[in-house]
Amino acid sequence: MYSRDIETMPEKKMKELQLERLKWSVKHAYNNVPFYKKKYDEAGFHPDQLKSLDDMRRVPFLTKQDMRDNYPYGLFAVPLNKVVRVHASSGTTGNATVVGYTKNDVEVFAEVVARSLSAYGVSENDVIQVAYGYGLFTGGLGLHYGSEKLGALTVPISGGNTPRQLMLFKDFGTTVFCATPSYALNIADYIEKNMPDYKIEDTKLRVGVFGAEPWTEAMRTEIEKRLKIDAYDIYGLSEVIGPGVSCECSQKSGLHVFEDHFYVEIINPETGEVLPEGEKGEIVYTSLTKEAFPGIRYRSRDITRLYHDNCKCGRTLVKMDKVSGRSDDMLIIRGVNVFPSQVESVLMEIEGTEPHYQIIVDRKGSLDDIEVMVEVNEKIFSDEIKVMNELSKKINDKFRSVLGINAKVTLSEPGSIPRSEGKAVRVVDKRK
Amino acid sequence: MNVTQLSAFVANKPGHLQRVLKVLADENINIITLTIAETSDFGILRMIVNDPDKGHKVLRENNITCSITDVLALEIDDTPGSLYNALDVFAQMNLNIEYMYAFTEKREGKAVMIFRFEDIEAAKNALVGKGYNIVRKIDIIGEK
Repeated sequence: MYSRDIETMPEKKMKELQLERLKWSVKHAYNNVPFYKKKYDEAGFHPDQLKSLDDMRRVPFLTKQDMRDNYPYGLFAVPLNKVVRVHASSGTTGNATVVGYTKNDVEVFAEVVARSLSAYGVSENDVIQVAYGYGLFTGGLGLHYGSEKLGALTVPISGGNTPRQLMLFKDFGTTVFCATPSYALNIADYIEKNMPDYKIEDTKLRVGVFGAEPWTEAMRTEIEKRLKIDAYDIYGLSEVIGPGVSCECSQKSGLHVFEDHFYVEIINPETGEVLPEGEKGEIVYTSLTKEAFPGIRYRSRDITRLYHDNCKCGRTLVKMDKVSGRSDDMLIIRGVNVFPSQVESVLMEIEGTEPHYQIIVDRKGSLDDIEVMVEVNEKIFSDEIKVMNELSKKINDKFRSVLGINAKVTLSEPGSIPRSEGKAVRVVDKRK
Repeated sequence: MNVTQLSAFVANKPGHLQRVLKVLADENINIITLTIAETSDFGILRMIVNDPDKGHKVLRENNITCSITDVLALEIDDTPGSLYNALDVFAQMNLNIEYMYAFTEKREGKAVMIFRFEDIEAAKNALVGKGYNIVRKIDIIGEK
């Protein structure tokens, strides 16, 4: 364990630490960011009213829209000469959202990533190949600084250029690989298709660190089988800090949240009401130590639940489930709630299909129409129309039985589903 | 000896078939005959080419989903009723033809048909002794 005292702190003591830090953080935002002062004054809330963790439910939320409205530096709480780095989200649905870090924030970021790597059994003896994109996206630099903090040999290769990734696995003796889970599967495909003589068993690869997009247990099984590694989830969002908000441990069930830096609550996404531990809803984050960009009650839109389970790894930190969907990704199609992750699970159950898909929702007359585009790879391709039609029908039947909706399945060419920053664009909603 | 067919998955959209053909053209691969089976969303391009292995390799390298399959090339007389008679052999043996297409080039009063069967060996055996000439790969793509 990288920070044993914190990671095994008794729950009660952790709550005390959180309350003390919360008071500072909320005050810091209120005193230094006009947006917070105005919003809290209007809501009749003052940071001095914060006496217990329970009082947090009275604090107004911060939304992605607030961040867009204050683009680029409007929510920073320190002068710009104290800010040493910015990151920005890709802004798939509007203005990009910009976050800033002081020197100390960069330290905290590196620390939580180092703790995560350590939780996967990674140490200074490892060679870590960082194949997340380097740049405004938090993935690349986040893992990079964490890996260096841990003292591991860090290979800053960034994303793409698969033949080179594979060459460095061998030449540099890479033991740990960090990327999006869909890129990991791309690599496995690439080997199978283009380098039949490349034996992944001959490399020293043993651990995969995957995040930046939701992925399922079925994908974990497939990645582990094909790349012969242990695959772990790292979770985070740039609005909170980046990867390292929470991480899995040796148990591979649930992710421990680094509660000394991030206070988490689960709310009902419809009403905003706080839900008791164990219930599923939208996770809301409050930064406890961040200087440049304090985020108070940030609505992540990620759907999960929080729980304590006396984890066998020894950590007492609260756990969250793997994120099962996003409250704003949730599609309501003919009155049925559909999460893209459910579509992914259906596809993973069908032999040979890949998790490359896109859901297109449109309205024909007064009826919603759902189309699922699935890329055809060699495993599912046949020269017979009959076989291809059977595949479409099989996928369609599965959707109907699992989701209760009738989806048009469109088989499409590899690479025809647009990808941005290594993340596939999962949902296109044309209904207006 | 069977004939090797190269098949490719092509979206039913303008320019997509051309992209596949360009890859083959750039690699100097000659198409001897072809057929397309189409649906509203996609088509399956099936081709007999002079170098199917190379064709398969270059299409894959260009991220085009493709496969190679054995098909049966059968020579029949270019006269009324010849195809009917040939199909009768399969019908009697209860062998289903998955699909078939004709060869473009005419050879000394004979026509060549390409057949795709689930079980190609059973189809060949059915023809044995009926006097049919199964065209060999070498006759179609020429000596190399």
